[in-house]
Amino acid sequence: MPAGFTTNLYVFVLAAFLGFEVIKRVSPLLHTPLMSLTNALDAVVVVAAMIIAGRHETRLSTVLGALAVAAAFSNMVGGFLITDRMLRMFKISGRKKQ
Amino acid sequence: MTPLATQQLIDFAYIAAIALFILALRWLSSPATARHGVLAGEIGAAVAVVTTFFNPSLVQFRWIAVGLVVGAIIGVPLGLVPMTAVPQRTAMSHAFGALAAAVIGISEYYTRIPHVTRFEMTEIALEVIIGSLSFTGSLIAAGKLQELLPQRPITYKGQNVVSLSVLGAAVVIALILIVRPTFPLLFPAMVVISLVFGVMLVTPIGGADMPTVISLLNSYVGLSAALLGFVLNAKVLVVAGALDGSSGFILSVIMCKAMNRSFTNVMFGAFGQLQVSAAGKQEERTVRSATPEEAASILASANSVVVVPGYGMAVAQAQHRVRELFDILTRRGVDVKFAIHPVAGRMPGHMNVLLAEADIPYDKLIDMENANSEMPQTDVALVIGANDVTNPAAKTDQGSPIYGMPIIEVDNARTVMVIKRSLNPGFAGIDNPLYYLDKTLMLFGDAKAFVGSIVRELSGGGHEG
Repeated sequence: MPAGFTTNLYVFVLAAFLGFEVIKRVSPLLHTPLMSLTNALDAVVVVAAMIIAGRHETRLSTVLGALAVAAAFSNMVGGFLITDRMLRMFKISGRKKQ
Repeated sequence: MTPLATQQLIDFAYIAAIALFILALRWLSSPATARHGVLAGEIGAAVAVVTTFFNPSLVQFRWIAVGLVVGAIIGVPLGLVPMTAVPQRTAMSHAFGALAAAVIGISEYYTRIPHVTRFEMTEIALEVIIGSLSFTGSLIAAGKLQELLPQRPITYKGQNVVSLSVLGAAVVIALILIVRPTFPLLFPAMVVISLVFGVMLVTPIGGADMPTVISLLNSYVGLSAALLGFVLNAKVLVVAGALDGSSGFILSVIMCKAMNRSFTNVMFGAFGQLQVSAAGKQEERTVRSATPEEAASILASANSVVVVPGYGMAVAQAQHRVRELFDILTRRGVDVKFAIHPVAGRMPGHMNVLLAEADIPYDKLIDMENANSEMPQTDVALVIGANDVTNPAAKTDQGSPIYGMPIIEVDNARTVMVIKRSLNPGFAGIDNPLYYLDKTLMLFGDAKAFVGSIVRELSGGGHEG
């Protein structure tokens, strides 16, 4: 078993529990923005994809890396964009636009 | 700066990004702070991406740039879709997330062989299987939501056995690869079989179950990203994946509870089939119907109105007419609220977004529990395009396919009005005894047109719309 595995497992378990606690508190009103926001956060995979695409080890890994950069970055851009668009629409009574 | 110092700085930046991600989710707890959450997430993501450019192992930036440009070109339009299309957009973004995780896993396999330990091979195989099946599964879900594919469950005899055998085949291949990582052609075979399994997993699931499926796929995508973090020893991915995975999991549980179904039942039950036999036993019952004029006068004389919107309202594009009705009734001093069932719409929370888009203030949107406690004091419950979630058979008829599903108990209101095209059973084909109650008035017609007529009636005919 590689040395990093145990540490990663610690991190995973703690993050999963933290995730449960934080996400449990998200208002059901905002479950759709929640899903698009977590999609955008998950798109941090782009970081790994950038390294694979830029390390230039083999032609295959560079091409697959670039594909992953595109797929993940589209989620990052699109996810934040649509989440903000949705949240901008949530208004409270009495503060209506003219 | 030495490479080690650079690496440490990069790690600190990633830790900052993770902290911002957690804050982002924390601020999503209330609509008042939610936009700060998006900003925090954006800053965190930007920090992570920009810092990565300083990674000493990068030797060439051309393909990174190409990927980022293409990603932005795809991502911007996907961020600008209309709110009705958000469920299929979300399914597409699950597909992209899974694709990214899967292809990185594939690339790692081909980069590392033949020097890959059994442990690494196990991680890679698991990651690639989950990523691949989530990719095609999400594409099928998006196709169903976009109505490119039939929404009805597509099933055949022995389907579950076949599907599980396919998954079993992928697992067996993975086991062989763990023992002999370089076995020719087995790795691509495992990828292809996992892709096929993703298709088989989602194809039999009907449109009404999409809120659960989309949430489950969300958690798979998160899980594949976290596994990728294990493969690459990248903690930022482990954390982001764990957060995404637990979010998807929580939403799946909420959706299953809201439909009184188990995961297994959603995945293997093919909802919307068994009702065909039940539809036969129709007896002659009388319904009362009302015209827009009558409906308008009842609404105008009410003190409190609870509107129960369903997916049918969104299909009819009636939400802006409903907002006009809300405005006009509120101005007349009627207390109008909207009761939102957790599975109203095609994904968790979708109905809230559609109503917010129509400028209905979010403090007027109440959840199922609050709605049910207010219902006995409610003068009029107005059901628009929501069938199953208001069906009292869920409480009373043990033979009903939806028996046990929590509903919005509109039958406790003093008067019930249901806007519906006809008495035909809804999408799931389940008969609704609500329509035959003495207190129920059926408003037959297209939701948008009917609500428009009520609005015109209430505004004295002076409104053209």
